[in-house]
Amino acid sequence: MNTATPTPGSVPAIELRDLRKSFGKTDIIRGANLSVQPGERVAIIGPNGAGKSTLFNLISGRFGPSSGEILLNGQRIDGMKPFEINRMGLSRSFQITNIFPKLSVFENLRCGVLWSLGYRYTLFRFLAGLHDANERAEQLMRDIRLDRKRDVLAMNLTYAEQRALEIGITIAGGAQVVLLDEPTAGMSKSETARFIELIREVTVGKTLLTVEHDMGVVFGLADRIAVVVYGEVIACDTPDAVRANPRVQEAYLGSVLADQQAVGH
Amino acid sequence: MNTTVRPAPGFNRNRWIIWSSFALLLAVSPLVFSSNLSITMLSQMGIAIIACLSYNILLGQGGMLSFGHAVYTGLGSYMAMHALNAASGGQMNIPVSLIPLVGGVAGLFFAMLFGYVTTKKAGTPFAMITLGMAELVFAMSLMFSEFFGGEAGVSGNRVVGDAFFGITFGPPRQVYYLIAVYTFICVGLMYAFTRTPLGRILNAVRDNPERVEFIGYNTQKVRYLAFMIAGFFAGVAGGLATLNFEIVTAEVVGAARSGAYLLFTFLGGATFFFGPIIGGVLMVLASVLLSELTKAWLLYLGLIFLFMVMYAPGGVASLIMMNVRVAAHGLLGRLWSSYLVLGVLGLLMLAGAGALVEMMYHLQLNAGSGNELNYLGLTLDAGSAASWIASTAVALVALGLFEWVRRRFLKVWNEVQVIIEQRTAPKEGA
Repeated sequence: MNTATPTPGSVPAIELRDLRKSFGKTDIIRGANLSVQPGERVAIIGPNGAGKSTLFNLISGRFGPSSGEILLNGQRIDGMKPFEINRMGLSRSFQITNIFPKLSVFENLRCGVLWSLGYRYTLFRFLAGLHDANERAEQLMRDIRLDRKRDVLAMNLTYAEQRALEIGITIAGGAQVVLLDEPTAGMSKSETARFIELIREVTVGKTLLTVEHDMGVVFGLADRIAVVVYGEVIACDTPDAVRANPRVQEAYLGSVLADQQAVGH
Repeated sequence: MNTTVRPAPGFNRNRWIIWSSFALLLAVSPLVFSSNLSITMLSQMGIAIIACLSYNILLGQGGMLSFGHAVYTGLGSYMAMHALNAASGGQMNIPVSLIPLVGGVAGLFFAMLFGYVTTKKAGTPFAMITLGMAELVFAMSLMFSEFFGGEAGVSGNRVVGDAFFGITFGPPRQVYYLIAVYTFICVGLMYAFTRTPLGRILNAVRDNPERVEFIGYNTQKVRYLAFMIAGFFAGVAGGLATLNFEIVTAEVVGAARSGAYLLFTFLGGATFFFGPIIGGVLMVLASVLLSELTKAWLLYLGLIFLFMVMYAPGGVASLIMMNVRVAAHGLLGRLWSSYLVLGVLGLLMLAGAGALVEMMYHLQLNAGSGNELNYLGLTLDAGSAASWIASTAVALVALGLFEWVRRRFLKVWNEVQVIIEQRTAPKEGA
């Protein structure tokens, strides 16, 4: 069923049409439909194992879908490679920090910048001479508040700093559609609050899709909330409407209970 | 680390000093070490430096563990040799000084051909495929004797045509200078590569290939391009070897050669750009001098490699850089006495173990000439228990003391590191 509320006349930034994915005999995503408008901020919530991360992996090209369609700005991207999707303006972060540990903060960000500025597999230019790339990397470093750690190797950063760098690399290429997979995972309460502020700042004007467990984060960051249960998007609406939705209450709570029972066994 | 260099604006005085010293060293070495053996060794060092640096584009910069790098140096050697013979025979008009480039182009070509398959995978599958490729090419060298020259190999004469300003490349010294020029240019180019966008993305692919896919890059293509660049420089090294030795045999594409590139690049230090330069020098010292000294040189080499992997996985280069850092903070004074003791104990350990090894080798290989052998000015009797017990005792006691001193040294070392961290920390936070 289609729970999206498309605005007539505008092309959705992301659209999922009857998306399915199974690993072996296990169906993880079972006919998901979703439509996200340009500039919209959507948080995906759902119980553990509902398929939130798999959904991200499908959209960003990490896995190919078993069937169904994924559209980015109206263009089919299902089955494309991650780098092809990235070049079309979609970028993602990872739940488990995924940075370049032996490169400095600055180099991490510059790597994220290079492709989008057209310095693809360039062999006959020096990095030091790429003023636009260097300036953009410096700017990003200030944006994510890591300018003091410029030459520190990424592996020597604190966890919170690594999470910030993760976001920095994600937005470095200037993608208009940004997917953040549990950006605040493993952070303390105060860190989370500051971090949400940072995310809000650096994603102004972008289409944002996040997976999040922290309900405070969800309500602070999202225009709409998509609820994923057993591989389906059962609701996608404003926070208040979602909270009031009986289907959500039933399914979400039901599955939470089921989870607890499963753990209990 | 080498990968975190600040983008220095234009000219940099230190860099000038380093590169001119390098040029000067290349120019002056044959005047200082002027015997025929030294000149040959210096020539081989230049070749080995290029080969090891090209290998490190794969290993250190790209995280690609290749077991078949000799395929590209070796095929470069063969193509260069055929070009040289074509030039001698008059079928081809090419100056001898450009023959190494023929090797380079050949290396590039074969890297393009084989690398297309090899670089489809990374990590362990990559390593496996390179091993397979190496075996494949070595097997072919036995099949196509037309090209590979069979058992005898292919030989040629590097003196072609008339002398050009008195340069014929006949005398080893002239070949050395040709190799030195190539070495300087190739080292410069390979260093420059590390400062290009492709070079940096290659580091990113080494660190975290998955993430690279999500910032717009096809990691397979990055690996492939790097593989071809490495192949080119490997081929140049092979072409230079052709001019230096004037003979190419099938062992140049063999597994032992590939293993040597891996081993010495690692010993020199894969995490620093200049590590493989040290590795190249060590490679020649070991294969020429050490092999003169003892038949068991490969065994010693294996032992050194083992200790290096266990205790200093960053190779000689990282040992140097760690101590340069300590020295820069004026703290080397706390360490040198330990180094002295460790050095002496290390030598004693080696002497003891060496005595055992030499006696074993003597019994196996020279049993006909009696049980006595000369070892470091001493006469050992491989037939007497006393020699065996004494050698074992020296080795074990030295090992025990070494380990004891090493642990105490580590404590001091860690203290020194803490002091340095404390000194540098406020700067970061300022």
